[in-house]
Amino acid sequence: MDVNPVILKFVYAAIVVSVIMGLCSYAVLAERKISSWIQGRVGPNRTSLPLIGGIPIIGRFLTRLGIFQPIPDGLKFLFKEDVVPAHVNKFYFIMAPVIALVPALTTVVVVPFGRFVTEAGEVIPLVLANVNVGLLFLFAISSLGVYGVVLAGWSSNSKYPFLGGIRASAQMISYELAMGVSVLPILIWVNAPGREGTLNLFDIAQAQNGFWFAMWMPVSAIIFLVCLFAETNRLPFDMAESETELVSGFHTEYSSFKFGLFFVGEYAHMVVGSCVFTLLFLGGWNPMPFVTLEALGFGEGILGAVLSVGIFLGKMCGMMFFFMWIRWTLPRFRYDQVMKLGWKILLPLSIANLVVYTIFIFYLDTKL
Amino acid sequence: MSIVIKRKPLNFLEKLYLPEIARGLSTTFKKIWEKPVTLEYPEQRPTIPEGYRGVPTLVKDPEGREKCVSCQLCEFVCPPKAIRITPGEIPEGSEYAHVEKGPQEFEIDMLRCIYCGMCQEVCPEEAIWLQNQFSLSGYSREELVNNKEKLYELGGTLPDEHFKWKKKKEAAEHGSGH
Repeated sequence: MDVNPVILKFVYAAIVVSVIMGLCSYAVLAERKISSWIQGRVGPNRTSLPLIGGIPIIGRFLTRLGIFQPIPDGLKFLFKEDVVPAHVNKFYFIMAPVIALVPALTTVVVVPFGRFVTEAGEVIPLVLANVNVGLLFLFAISSLGVYGVVLAGWSSNSKYPFLGGIRASAQMISYELAMGVSVLPILIWVNAPGREGTLNLFDIAQAQNGFWFAMWMPVSAIIFLVCLFAETNRLPFDMAESETELVSGFHTEYSSFKFGLFFVGEYAHMVVGSCVFTLLFLGGWNPMPFVTLEALGFGEGILGAVLSVGIFLGKMCGMMFFFMWIRWTLPRFRYDQVMKLGWKILLPLSIANLVVYTIFIFYLDTKL
Repeated sequence: MSIVIKRKPLNFLEKLYLPEIARGLSTTFKKIWEKPVTLEYPEQRPTIPEGYRGVPTLVKDPEGREKCVSCQLCEFVCPPKAIRITPGEIPEGSEYAHVEKGPQEFEIDMLRCIYCGMCQEVCPEEAIWLQNQFSLSGYSREELVNNKEKLYELGGTLPDEHFKWKKKKEAAEHGSGH
């Protein structure tokens, strides 16, 4: 079968984006369910579809689990009244939610989610665009997401969104630095002399056949994780939203579908962030440290590919759970604490970490 | 006098945040497996404690006689003026003709009622009771004015040990015991 590769890419892109969107909507459900479990509640358990919900035991079980809840949640966003307040800057007000969502969905193209080993032993990454500067691209684009928040805060032309937007931008600048510096040891290790230089996320994941990077670079992992929380505006760093202080921060003036876009954008960011953390620190699709799929005998062919995607998605869902778990455990930092943590602790720590690992890796590469 | 409580300085591990965060995470993780403390309301109802002040109702005594003698004390005591009683005579031929009066109409406007229970407290006949019903809704204002019929339907019969009017009747027939 000969299909135009361009069309094929479109199909792949459509599949990946719909999977991400599906993940997002179910992430919302997971968030609601996990929060309710942690708080001793039941959570969404009423919504049911006529046919599937009617199946004797399974239907009831699924309904209790809230499986059908994302559908009305989404429909609600579509059909509610979309208010554009009179005092806003209309152009930017409407553009902001789009700008918040687009970077999150764009970064997905460089995120590999599995690998396929042909019979010839060639390893093909399962990724939309196998760019060599993957990690740089990812950092560059995902940082743009904050423009959505800042624009929303600014164009809303009212004080709480404005404060939220300002906080978001300040927080972004503070944590982006530490985040970037914290992954450098990994890049130094992956690009050791004698190896092919790469910033490709796929190669970074493949480099974790033995140790996962989280195991021998725990400080990097922790700094990156903390910064990831800050970048995705998740509690305990949801300065931009902080609903107890700023009503609901940057999206105070938003309603209906525009708010829905922000909402999906936040979760898409989380999904991508979880993917990246999995790729960088949790060994990608390697089932266990020192155990690759090849070693287990599932290396080649479709089965190996499906398993690798499954393991990757499993780890990613674990990370998503961790995101939510943290959210319902920790209270929000005060704004000055956020700044202090970012500038006075994480940044020096990440630089020290970089220096130590640089010397260590230099020693490993030259003396051993 | 104000008491100053010295806050203990954080030790090194606490300053690191991470062990404390791990502790918090373990707490919440344990909570996930615990049974929910909430009730799924329309299906599961809370147990109403004794002496609960729900919707005020009129009750009959075990013989099926309405206890209210339309003295209008509740109407007078009612702080939001939710009660409206139209007093009426008891017809001559009735079994209860010896009872002085009975309400011809008895209305409690549930939009006004504040569930204070003063009517119950003041009633000399123990005829009005705030019972267990706690949720009340309707589509119109008229619907939420409970009339006599509705009040008796809600109230039902409560055990009564006094049988005041029965004893009065017996006393009148067989001579006073006093």
